[in-house]
Amino acid sequence: MRLNTILHTALKTLPALLLGATLANAALAADVKLGLAAALTGPAAKYGVAIKNGFTLAADEINAQGGVNGNKLVLVTEDEQGKKEEAINVFKKLIFQDKVLMVFGPTLSNSAFAADPIANASKVVVFGTSNTADGITAMGPFTFRNSVMEADVLPVTVKAAVKHFDIKKVAVIYGNDDAFTKSGYDVFKATLEQQKIPTTTTEAYAKGDVDFKAQLTKIKASNPDAIVCSCLAEEAANIILQTRSLGMKQPFIGGNGLNSPKLFDIAKDAGDNTLMGSPWSSENGTPVNKAFIAAYKAKFGSEPDQFAAQAYDALHVVADALKNVKLSGALPKDRDALREALPAVKIDGATGKFAFRPAPAVAGKQVGFDAQQEAIVNIAKGGKFVLLK
Amino acid sequence: MFPLTHLVAKKKRLAKSRFSDVKRPSRQSAACKLRSASRNNHASSSLLAGLMLEQQLINALSLGSVYALFALGFTLVFGVLGVINLSHGAIFMLGSYAALLLVEKLALPLWLAMLAAMLITGLIGLLVDFLVLKPLRQRNAPHLIPMIATIGVATMLTNLAQGLFGAENKRFPVGTIPEDSASFGSVHVTAVQVGIVVIAFVLMLVLLVVMRRTQLGRALRAIAESPKAAYLLGINVEGLFYLTSFAAAALGGAAGVLVGLSFNAISPFMGQPMLHKGIAVIILGGMGDIRGAMIGGLFLGFAEVLTVAYISSDFRDAVAFGLLFLILLVRPSGMFGKVLERKA
Repeated sequence: MRLNTILHTALKTLPALLLGATLANAALAADVKLGLAAALTGPAAKYGVAIKNGFTLAADEINAQGGVNGNKLVLVTEDEQGKKEEAINVFKKLIFQDKVLMVFGPTLSNSAFAADPIANASKVVVFGTSNTADGITAMGPFTFRNSVMEADVLPVTVKAAVKHFDIKKVAVIYGNDDAFTKSGYDVFKATLEQQKIPTTTTEAYAKGDVDFKAQLTKIKASNPDAIVCSCLAEEAANIILQTRSLGMKQPFIGGNGLNSPKLFDIAKDAGDNTLMGSPWSSENGTPVNKAFIAAYKAKFGSEPDQFAAQAYDALHVVADALKNVKLSGALPKDRDALREALPAVKIDGATGKFAFRPAPAVAGKQVGFDAQQEAIVNIAKGGKFVLLK
Repeated sequence: MFPLTHLVAKKKRLAKSRFSDVKRPSRQSAACKLRSASRNNHASSSLLAGLMLEQQLINALSLGSVYALFALGFTLVFGVLGVINLSHGAIFMLGSYAALLLVEKLALPLWLAMLAAMLITGLIGLLVDFLVLKPLRQRNAPHLIPMIATIGVATMLTNLAQGLFGAENKRFPVGTIPEDSASFGSVHVTAVQVGIVVIAFVLMLVLLVVMRRTQLGRALRAIAESPKAAYLLGINVEGLFYLTSFAAAALGGAAGVLVGLSFNAISPFMGQPMLHKGIAVIILGGMGDIRGAMIGGLFLGFAEVLTVAYISSDFRDAVAFGLLFLILLVRPSGMFGKVLERKA
């Protein structure tokens, strides 16, 4: 009995001792401090927490394999609450007080517009994993992101839909009093013009509408081959159901707003044949993605989402850049060296093949780098999204 | 016995004339729109067919009936209690949830769930009257106060529903909603659509008959004229206030169930847009008038759908409510605005 207890204690303490030893070693070797500003509380917390998990997972994996050039990556995480003011405070703390090499975040584009200028002015790389707004990377040469914009995703989706369903003309329906659905509509409109696909009719609805039959009847009369829907998932589900009740069989094409299980909670099988483009899919069976999903589930006990995947990839991008950086210990020099090394990085991550491309030029201004990445096109089959083959 | 037979005879005569009263304006306005619409498009019949007018008219009838059904209870409370009850939207929403829960958890058949939901919302309406409106009545609170109080009730009920049921949209489980539909050429009519129209018209007729042809209705109308005089005549005013609140809330609940059935979008916030339109409808119809609520509701439904069909969905609310404004310019007390005149 006593022997058993002793053994038990020994087994319990041994890993801790080992861990302590490794931590001590790591502290002796150069730690690379990377700042993470994420919305861990407030309405954007569901994104921020997924982002933090993605980074934590990637850091643990990289460090378990001996770090980068023998250096451990240490994440310094701060809660920016999804607020502009807090993002500014957190950026200042990370850059001037914690003296991190670079900063990841913030979670929302809105906060990025407020905080990223601080990083650029201090010549510190700022790397967004969830900022999709236009103009983020126009803020300065130290701005990077691996988040894919709707403007990159939707053209791929439309092209795939045209090919898959042999589409000649489409009708459009969108919510005209919501920032997200309206900007999605603008991108769809530009895409359809560019790909020379005629629009039979464009219909709008307002927040809170539940009866879309008047608009849908008009769409039916215009006889399109498919219906483009810049809508939130719950509205889209209702629109799809009412379309079917009017005896229409056209497939739907949508953006990331449709990327939600809620679509199928309401529409069930009626949503089948809906095409949706997204930066990441749990159905994407590449080895890297499978390993990521398995490791995430094991560590956090929940399914990863797009935000976790993009955060996970972002740390791997930076780790890859750091392989080619000789850290001197002089912070300004090292920060600049990282900035020089990042644009050349190419990795194969959970979200697929990734590279940077220079942001659209702005006259008289140096700009940062956007993501160069193929969107993943999904099709609804039997009440869920699967990869479009 | 004599007064009864007398009443029946009179009822028949009046019912006939009133029925044609109800029908004529709606038919006329639809026909007018039809004609002007075809003129606007200088259309041949083929173009009209291409716009699926028949389908749009059915869409308009079912949407208008929903508005009318919602407005019936709303206008009833105003007519009798003189209160604009802004919690009617929240009660409408609770009707939807009540039926949903009864179908989901107790597997009640739809018609029974609807009756039970009406009973439940009726009791909630009764409770609101007892806890909120009655104390204000007893203190002789000025007109605006009960209205403001019902905003509070609405906010509370909405928050409560959000806490209990979550913020996301719910729908009736697949298989519980009759999915029958009939097609006539390119026109599709669903069983739920027919149900809405029939139930709205039946409830309106029942309400009209009760109000115009029964002792109860006479008492209610007396209260609408003057609660004090009614009380002096020996009418149980307080009791009829309760009954009215119960009936109005039950009607609101019925509307909620039907909307929940037909649009698959039951959410804590579904009452808000309906409330805004309901206010417009009862003002258009004439505050407190039952036929007015019915025709006002149908009018708004037709205005919205035909705006989408012939002008643009971008301007749907602007055109529909612009028309409403124009009507009020000509008839400031609404289409049947006698009660308001009397009250003023």
